[in-house]
Amino acid sequence: MKISVNNKEYTVEVDGNPSLLEVLREQLDLTGTKYGCGEAACGACKVLVNGTPTPACITPVTSVQGKQVLTIEGLETEGKLHPVQQVFLEEDVFQCSYCAPGMIMTAVALVENQKAMGEQEIIDGMNGNICRCCTYPAIVKALHKLTQTETKG
Amino acid sequence: MKDTLNNQPDTMKKPDPEKGISRRKFFKYMGTGIATYFVWTDYLASEALFPGENAQAVPDQLSSWIHVSETGAITVYTGKVEVGQNIRTSLTQVVAEELFVPVSAITLVMGDTQLTPYDRGTYGSLTTPQMAPILRKAAASLREILLQEARKEWNLGEVELTLEKGTVQHPGNGKKLGYGSLAKAKHLLQPMDENVKTIHPDKWKVSGTSVGKINGEDFITGKHRYVSDRVLPDMVYGKVLRAPVYGAKLLRADTTRAAELPGVQVVKEGDFIGVTAANSRTAAMALAMIEAEWEKSPQVPGNQLFEHLEESAGNTDPVPAAVTDAFSNATTKVAHDFKVSYIAHVPLEPRAGLARWTGDQLEVWTGTQRPFGVQEELEHAFSIPKEKIRVYMPDTGSGYGGKHTGEAGIEAAKLAKATGRPVKVNWTREEEFKWAYFRPAGLIRVKAALTGNRISSWEFHNFNSGGAGISSPYSGQNNYQEYHRSDSPLRQGSYRALASTANIFAIESIVNDLAGMARTDPMQFRLDNLEDERLKAVIKAAGKSFGWNRKKVSANHGFGMACAAVKGGFVATFAEVAVDPDSRELKVLGAVTAFECGAILNPRHLESQITGCVLQGLGGALFEAVEFNEGNVSNAFLSSYRVPRFKDVPEMKVVLVNRKDLPSSGAGEAPITCIAPAIRNAIDDAVGVKLYDLPMLPSGVVPRS
Repeated sequence: MKISVNNKEYTVEVDGNPSLLEVLREQLDLTGTKYGCGEAACGACKVLVNGTPTPACITPVTSVQGKQVLTIEGLETEGKLHPVQQVFLEEDVFQCSYCAPGMIMTAVALVENQKAMGEQEIIDGMNGNICRCCTYPAIVKALHKLTQTETKG
Repeated sequence: MKDTLNNQPDTMKKPDPEKGISRRKFFKYMGTGIATYFVWTDYLASEALFPGENAQAVPDQLSSWIHVSETGAITVYTGKVEVGQNIRTSLTQVVAEELFVPVSAITLVMGDTQLTPYDRGTYGSLTTPQMAPILRKAAASLREILLQEARKEWNLGEVELTLEKGTVQHPGNGKKLGYGSLAKAKHLLQPMDENVKTIHPDKWKVSGTSVGKINGEDFITGKHRYVSDRVLPDMVYGKVLRAPVYGAKLLRADTTRAAELPGVQVVKEGDFIGVTAANSRTAAMALAMIEAEWEKSPQVPGNQLFEHLEESAGNTDPVPAAVTDAFSNATTKVAHDFKVSYIAHVPLEPRAGLARWTGDQLEVWTGTQRPFGVQEELEHAFSIPKEKIRVYMPDTGSGYGGKHTGEAGIEAAKLAKATGRPVKVNWTREEEFKWAYFRPAGLIRVKAALTGNRISSWEFHNFNSGGAGISSPYSGQNNYQEYHRSDSPLRQGSYRALASTANIFAIESIVNDLAGMARTDPMQFRLDNLEDERLKAVIKAAGKSFGWNRKKVSANHGFGMACAAVKGGFVATFAEVAVDPDSRELKVLGAVTAFECGAILNPRHLESQITGCVLQGLGGALFEAVEFNEGNVSNAFLSSYRVPRFKDVPEMKVVLVNRKDLPSSGAGEAPITCIAPAIRNAIDDAVGVKLYDLPMLPSGVVPRS
């Protein structure tokens, strides 16, 4: 079967109905997307499928046929970090950073759908993602800063 | 498949695997250059900082060093590891400061048993107080050598030279010499000068500033390879058969059907049964097809945990009569038991191990706080000398005290040995919950009495959870505390701040109750009964920021506080809660934490550690608990074991107390200890309900008194 990941076509093995997470990590060596819980409870594996944050761990790869999958590896454009990555880097939010790819992908969809968010909207939008180092306040602050800046611009 | 394991600086030559790096052989491994080193055995002779380290140190084996190559590359070797505490950043800052180079000029090689010195492990908030001063002196010593070499080069006497961005500057003609050219063709290796002049904290330009996470971009682009992400050529995925419950013994297992799956190999060694396959799903499927029969052994029922901890503790020492007499004779007194549940670390990256055998040489990549401990575990598991085992520890997806062991690495090594191929074993979340280890549960029994405004008797027993933080910081006569070892029904081990999370909850709850009985303001009561000025200072700082004396906006609001001195750090947390008058639902509105750990190395990362500690502590305070019965953990998933999320975060404030006149101590543990008692005391203040168990409110609803 062919799937499109980060604007590239890949032919992947679908015997045994693997999850999108397994295919990304084990067949395509795109290991930026993480395993955290296997039951869509932590957000570590979130990728964008046609722009919607989707837990790759419970998503059968066959269900993304004909859709656009975007992972953390495909977020930079022309060597430039996505504004969400940029603001997280500037604000130096993470500790172990294992949650970072899932956080970033969730946040990318959030800020692209909604400009000028209040802190509560950010909290509501991000609540499905766990950071066990509990860097939550820094994440909220960074995204808040980003959305305010974007509105001004 | 690609080989994604290239974490060595390219200047490195492969060291002799038979030996550690000795002074004599140094440049054979390192290439030409200038280096300073220190040796544990030398260092131990001069400072008694490292009790117990002596036995592990090998004479003449270099224990850490900083090397400047002829390209000017600066490489630091330390056995400490990075698990998200951002110690790679703060140690780099320390070295950069003394060498007058940007942090980007420095590479830290960490936690590689072949390249870095023996290290007991990265825990106990010890890296900052132990490793930072050593690296600071080693870097300063290296700087002095570079200056001396520059003087020789220019035929100068003992003149003052200035350094800038990796160059030494001529005092007269404006010429510059780069560190690389000074190191060219040299074989200069000198011990760290114990008395070298280091830069005073008042003059720090790099240390003490908020330098961003080293390699930060690799982490937010997904480029960093955690162990669970790593791939070796010809690698297969491994899974290991687990018992259905604790203490079950394998009677027999039929692996026929599993072995029939394409590409699956079954490995049986006694009670160890594992499978390998080309992908993780096939390995999991093969594992599920093993028909195993188990014999269960009697296990402790979950509802009898605390009785069991007390009963299994055995004989206890007699409590001194002065303590019991003072309690009996007092009129104002309190006695209560506290029950503390097991909780899980839940590192977001579960245990992972990758192993490769090359002949009789074993390489293991695993996320652990103790790479040298894992090397010893492997030594015992395979009966091969340590020199043949190399453990790598790439920066890992957190630990919080939960990754002191090397299970996944050992399992991968067993499977790799049997199959003759590299094997990766990534634990599932369920495995991490069930087969790692927990913060111990505990029963704490406290009796305390007051005479006037002073504590006149204090008797404190901790069954099972541990002795850390058991000593009360309060002055007063007739103190007795004892930690009783018990039989733990579940596997338990280290945790962030260890048993301090339990002991300080009990101490700070009882002290708060005593203040209430003395009709004294809880903050004033503490200040009156404490002696440590550093502890008093953080209480005052947090109290001021919180506005302790302000009026409550509503009668159902409560203020509470707690303080602690843990592992060289001083912490006070003040909390505000509201209890809904109808639903009795608790809301933690805000938490202010003041923390002091000597001279601050990186304020931004320090604040992050404090915030992270407080919020992780919030989980253990309110709702985290491992549910189990007769050896079966029943909430081994993130959908059933609740951890703090965005919506649980109260208004957070951190007050950093910077003491540049004091040595820096660690910060990854102490700030976790005070949030639970602060909330507990705030609930009491709000609605007059005193809670004694951790977690306090799994349902989120405060009981009616």
